[in-house]
Amino acid sequence: MEALTIVLAMGVTRGWRAALTGTVAAAVALAAIVAALGPALTVIPIEVLRLVVGALLLVFGLQWLRKAILRASGWRALRDEDSVFARETAAAQAAAHEERAGLDWYGFTVSFKGVLLEGLEVAFIVLTFGSTQGSIPLAAAGAAAAVVLVVAAGVVVRGPLSRVPENTLAFAVGVMLTTFGTFWGAEGAGVDWPGDDASLPGVLGFVVLVSLLFVTALRRRRPAFA
Amino acid sequence: MRRFAQFWWDFIVGDDWRVAAGIAVAFGLTALLATTSVPAWWLLPLAVAAVLWLSLRRVAR
Repeated sequence: MEALTIVLAMGVTRGWRAALTGTVAAAVALAAIVAALGPALTVIPIEVLRLVVGALLLVFGLQWLRKAILRASGWRALRDEDSVFARETAAAQAAAHEERAGLDWYGFTVSFKGVLLEGLEVAFIVLTFGSTQGSIPLAAAGAAAAVVLVVAAGVVVRGPLSRVPENTLAFAVGVMLTTFGTFWGAEGAGVDWPGDDASLPGVLGFVVLVSLLFVTALRRRRPAFA
Repeated sequence: MRRFAQFWWDFIVGDDWRVAAGIAVAFGLTALLATTSVPAWWLLPLAVAAVLWLSLRRVAR
C-alpha cells in the first residue's frame, strides 16, 4: 500500500509512463532477487535453514510488531496515506523536470525506489516462508495475488488506500512473522515442541495475547496521538 | 559498501539493536538448554515477550 501511494503520487504529478516504467523495473528486479536466491536456499540443510530463517524472521517480525504496538497504544502516530500522498505530490510538483532515456527521471526513480524498497520486505517474507516450507513458487504466487489485490483496490478507489486499517494489518503481519520465527527458530536450535506442529496455534495465541497486553499497558501510560 | 551494509542493518535490525542482541542471546540459551534433559520449548517465547517489552518500555518512558 505504501508503494501504491508513491506510484499514484508520481503518476498523477509526473506522468504515468515514468511511474509505471519505474514500477515494472522494480518488479523485475524483485523477481530476479527471488529467482536468484530461491534455489540457493533449497540446498541448505533444513535444520540450519530453520535456525537462520527463524532468527531473521523473529528479528524482522519484532520490528513490525513493535511499531504496530506503539501505534496502537498512541506512542507513535498512525501512518496516514492521505498525508503521505499529499507530501509526495507536493515534492513531485516542486522537482525539476529532467528527461533521461525518454522518461521523466524523477517520476521513474521515485517509483522504482518506492516499489523496490517496499517490495524487498515482501521478497524477504516470500524467500523465508517459501524456503522453510519447501515451495518458494507457492509463496511467490501468494505475494503476487496480494499485489494484484492492492493494485485492483487502488484502481477502483483511484487514490491512496486511506480507509484500509493499515496498522491492524501491520499488527497481524508482525504477529505472524514473530510466531513463525519463534517456532522455526526454536526447532532449528534443537527444541522439540510438545505436539510438534500442533503447538503452532499455541505460540500464535501467546504472541497475540502478549501483544494485546502490551498495547493495554502502554495505553495506560500515555495516549499521545489518540 | 558501507551504505550497502547500513541498508541491510536497518532493514533487518531496525530501530533497536538491543532486540536483535536479546534474541541472539535467547537463541544461544535455548540451544544450550535443548542439549540437556530439561524441556527447552518455553524459553524462546518467554524471551521474545521480555525483549519486546523492554524495547517498548524504553520508548514509553
